[in-house]
Amino acid sequence: MNPLIEALLALLVLLGAAFTLVGSVGLVRLPDFLSRLHAPTKSTTLGVGSLLIASGVYFSQGDTLSLHELLVTLFLFITAPVSAHLLARAALHLGLPTRAAPPAVGEPRDGVRS
Amino acid sequence: MLSVALTLALAMVALALALSLWRLMRGPSTPDRILALDTLYINTIALLVLFGIRQQSQIYFEAALLIALMGFIGTLALCKYLLRGDIIE
Amino acid sequence: MRRLFPHPWLSLVLLLIWLLLQNSVSFAQLLVGGLFAWLIPLFTRPFWPETVVVARPLLMLRFLLLVLYDIVTANITVARQILVRPRQLHPAFVVVPLSLQSELAISILTNVISLTPGTVAARLSQDHTELWVHALHVEDTEALVAEIKQRYEAPLKEVLEPC
Repeated sequence: MNPLIEALLALLVLLGAAFTLVGSVGLVRLPDFLSRLHAPTKSTTLGVGSLLIASGVYFSQGDTLSLHELLVTLFLFITAPVSAHLLARAALHLGLPTRAAPPAVGEPRDGVRS
Repeated sequence: MLSVALTLALAMVALALALSLWRLMRGPSTPDRILALDTLYINTIALLVLFGIRQQSQIYFEAALLIALMGFIGTLALCKYLLRGDIIE
Repeated sequence: MRRLFPHPWLSLVLLLIWLLLQNSVSFAQLLVGGLFAWLIPLFTRPFWPETVVVARPLLMLRFLLLVLYDIVTANITVARQILVRPRQLHPAFVVVPLSLQSELAISILTNVISLTPGTVAARLSQDHTELWVHALHVEDTEALVAEIKQRYEAPLKEVLEPC
């Protein structure tokens, strides 16, 4: 294997794993739910994205091109904000304790059926 | 060099899985548990991708894709349940 | 043309996804993918009431690159915040007044805000004029609102709502 590509792959793999780990560390260490939401949904997504790019580069050597890893990356980047948004809404709906006071706007709470 | 990096990365992802599992068991609220589950899915994708590179096999990619799809739908359904008290209306 | 290809962008995306899924660009896969890309928008027409018009594709591309760059740099900032001083952060809600009208533009803005680390879009008001954003660490709420509006909302408005 070309040593330059190998170094690039090693860097991508380590960087990806590091971001994944940081996401989980944030999940454990941050004090309240809405803060915790920030860590895994985004650090982890970027980490896995970087690992998938590494996988794409690894399987693209020689004359074959492997791009389908892009599909998972794309899918994760589209779905992560949706999950984060829904979890934030669920937390607001349940009135979880947060360190940031929600804005005092007199608006009917959504998602409640009387 | 790559095999050392892969071993290190696998260890880091395994640690990430353990930390997410701790949050899953600890809670304290239901959204926390859903978030931990979501993180577990994504960490599992990372683990599968690394394993695929290590084994030089593309089969693991299919599993990663399926977990990505199913994990997202699972998170969505659980959040919907919290918001509405019902999944299918 | 409009009748045969109701959503050209959707068709293009579908074809690309099919080729990526098969991981090949052989003639047979192009043919099958092309057939799906043509038929699926045709059969699911009732689900897509509005047609997407990208007014300035180049600006859209620039916007996507900007978002990608922001994701990477902001992730590094957040990683440092998580590792170094998780207990001294000042999380806060900010309310972003929206000037976007179309649902597509608003959902793209919401996703972009949630994707860039440090901010999560938490709720859209029912009349679609305000967006609640939860930020992990804020020192100046007004600066954050101004940044979101100028950095993400302005280009989106220009691309998707030219008037």
